[in-house]
Amino acid sequence: MDTPDLLPMSRRHLLILGVVTAATAVLPPFISARASAVNSSRPITTSLSLWVNDQQYELDLDTRTTLLDALREHLHLTGSKKGCDHGQCGACTVIANGRRINSCLTLAVMHQGSKITTIEGLGTPDQLHPMQAAFIRHDGYQCGYCTPGQICSAVAVLGEIRQGIPSHASPSLTEPPQLIAGEIQERMSGNICRCGAYSNIIEAISEVAGVNA
Amino acid sequence: MRPFTYLRAQSPAEAATLAAQVSGARFIAGGSNLLDLMKLEIETPAYLIDVNDVGLDRIEAAQDGGVRIGALVRNTDLAAHPRIRKDYALLARALLAGASGQLRNVATTAGNLLQRTRCPYFYDPNQACNKRQPGSGCAAIAGFSRQLGLIGVSDACIATHPSDMAVAMRALDAQVETIKPDGSTRTFPLSELHRLPGNSPNIENSLAPNELITAVTLPRPLGGTHIYQKVRDRSSYAFALVSVAAIVQKDGRGCIALGGIAPKPWRVERAETEMPNGAKAVVGQLLDGATPTHDNAFKLLLVERTLAAVLAQAREQA
Repeated sequence: MDTPDLLPMSRRHLLILGVVTAATAVLPPFISARASAVNSSRPITTSLSLWVNDQQYELDLDTRTTLLDALREHLHLTGSKKGCDHGQCGACTVIANGRRINSCLTLAVMHQGSKITTIEGLGTPDQLHPMQAAFIRHDGYQCGYCTPGQICSAVAVLGEIRQGIPSHASPSLTEPPQLIAGEIQERMSGNICRCGAYSNIIEAISEVAGVNA
Repeated sequence: MRPFTYLRAQSPAEAATLAAQVSGARFIAGGSNLLDLMKLEIETPAYLIDVNDVGLDRIEAAQDGGVRIGALVRNTDLAAHPRIRKDYALLARALLAGASGQLRNVATTAGNLLQRTRCPYFYDPNQACNKRQPGSGCAAIAGFSRQLGLIGVSDACIATHPSDMAVAMRALDAQVETIKPDGSTRTFPLSELHRLPGNSPNIENSLAPNELITAVTLPRPLGGTHIYQKVRDRSSYAFALVSVAAIVQKDGRGCIALGGIAPKPWRVERAETEMPNGAKAVVGQLLDGATPTHDNAFKLLLVERTLAAVLAQAREQA
């Protein structure tokens, strides 16, 4: 006869990441005292593996490490940039499991097992991604700081339009969105360029998309 | 950011139970608002319970002809879902009017509902804020309050709820499903989720400690013309000064909810009986009792004009 599992949660399903040496008060028996952060000001580290640009990395990180800081400070992939660090500028945009995200607003530890693509994984100086080549051709930047984020975002934008994901600029929700400059402009609003290279950025993306800007 | 222990739960019940068994836990899903607040040490959880593995990521047909949206459905996926685009266009439009493509890719249904205000005085630890530090006062009321609220607010707080999605869901009569640490579940109207500030603006919703939102349900489609009109300082990626979510039927009746002006999605059902009489008549009831500041009094007229434009557009489309 099956005995109902009276434990509130199953031990095997609970992953505890984080180790700290702090004595603690009340904790469920399956959480070791060492794993508690209560009243602790000490860093809590965790081991994780990240898949970045088709390469696996093993890391020991402070749980507070954002994906952006893991990429830049620990993997030395400094293409992704820290602009505002608050999800407002888009300079940190990377592609995680096929979707563009702000890497500054997500923790590295939340990406165990996800596949991350940064600007370094899109192209190389010898073999540019078509979007990189178009940005150069159209002068889609001045200082270049926002450019890696712009390019990662742009590559994902074209994928989103192809997948039929609508935007605020789509006149119809029932028809597939069109590959037009107005759509690209709206979808790129999460990437700020303080040099103001916007018109050239739209031209570069439009060229890759095969549309007249 | 303060140190925290990171835990991953595998089911909604496990997440709620776990949160209750430690002190100072927060659920994290997309994290785009919570992590931002943690960097500023406005949120200082000792535990983060990651709920991304608990399921709840599906949009399903409900037995009453409506739809059940899992708490973890991303804003992008919700706006792109064929059923939502066809039957609940108001919701798709509201989602697409909010945030950026990057943020919509991570932001979840429940996280969007529970996001905190973007009042600049809440975000600045050097300013008095009763929401962030109860009893410290409200620097916003005599400060730059152009973006802030004018109805449902109090002498303690004039912060607004920033969501577009929630405004559409309120107009659509959404219900919220939750699970508590003891395993019990409940369903209640979205109108009862967000709390008005009164004297305790730090208490923002009616959830019990460690209660986890599992889904949002929408009743069977209402038909009619769906319009979400958002007015903001730039044409994309900005919070609303004012937004109007409206469903207008052929006979001119319907329902209306407002965003950008109150601590919760603002809807007054009796005001909707005035819809055939035009925007001014509706707004007279909808914003009855408003207490705008000098800086945001313009929103009274902006709401009326935006609603008039929405009603005119609905007549054209009918």
